[in-house]
Amino acid sequence: MNEADDISCEEALARVFAYLDRELDEHAHGEMERHLRRCRGCFTRAEFERRLKAQLRQTGSSEAPAALQTRVGQLLGRY
Amino acid sequence: MRPQAYANAMNDETSRAFFEREIGQLLDSLYGAALRLCRNRADAEDLVAEVAAKAWSSFGELKDRQSFRGWIFRILTNTYCSVCRHRRASPEIAVDLDEEGGEEASFCIFERLHQPFLLWWGNPEQEFLNKLLRRDLERAIDALPEAFRVVVVLAELEGFTYPEIAAMLDVPVGTVRSRLSRGRACLQRALWEQALAAGLVREDGGIPAAAAAEEGKGP
Repeated sequence: MNEADDISCEEALARVFAYLDRELDEHAHGEMERHLRRCRGCFTRAEFERRLKAQLRQTGSSEAPAALQTRVGQLLGRY
Repeated sequence: MRPQAYANAMNDETSRAFFEREIGQLLDSLYGAALRLCRNRADAEDLVAEVAAKAWSSFGELKDRQSFRGWIFRILTNTYCSVCRHRRASPEIAVDLDEEGGEEASFCIFERLHQPFLLWWGNPEQEFLNKLLRRDLERAIDALPEAFRVVVVLAELEGFTYPEIAAMLDVPVGTVRSRLSRGRACLQRALWEQALAAGLVREDGGIPAAAAAEEGKGP
């Protein structure tokens, strides 16, 4: 692989979310990975967004209150 | 019991066991998503209970049980959206939903923290994320315009793919991509403004030393 295969930082930053969301096709995903291995600036940016995404993901689940669990249980019991 | 009736009864029993197990495993995610959609506990509980009832009564329509999670979140999204439509006397004034955004479309915390004239010995973006609490994120999500919030909840909080979200909302994938991108920018702006208001960052992108090292001490 030579340097000419590398995408620009501009292209990499434009794709960073699609990359983290795993929405890029295999070829574009590979280009991103190669660029991130090579470019510290873009790598740092991608890591920031990756961590923020992970923290957001944790807010997606909240312990269902006992009352709600009971309601759902009763619903099934009725049939 | 006749053989067919017996088979049906068995079938009902396995259906119920399957449904109970699946909904039991998904209840915290459904409630978590509902909380961010409704923004209060009582409505979120009602929403999830309604979704469970709808899902159970139309469970026979689910052909592929592997897709239970997507299927029930689709019911959640649709039920939430129809509740919203009923509550509003007139439709919410859309914020240029599907046009390219202006300044908001490109807001990015990382760039704020990486001002070229600031010399950083530490790791400002790590520091920023380390201070971010769950309730800060929740507040920022809750402040999003509704159409962005729905997409952010489905993509970021629940991890659905763009095509899955497009199918749930009955919109093109490009619309999902554009709303998500603008939703993220709004979210980052809200997080940034909250951090500014709390004194965790400065307008110029610096992180006050006092906030990091001397919490609670006076000037």
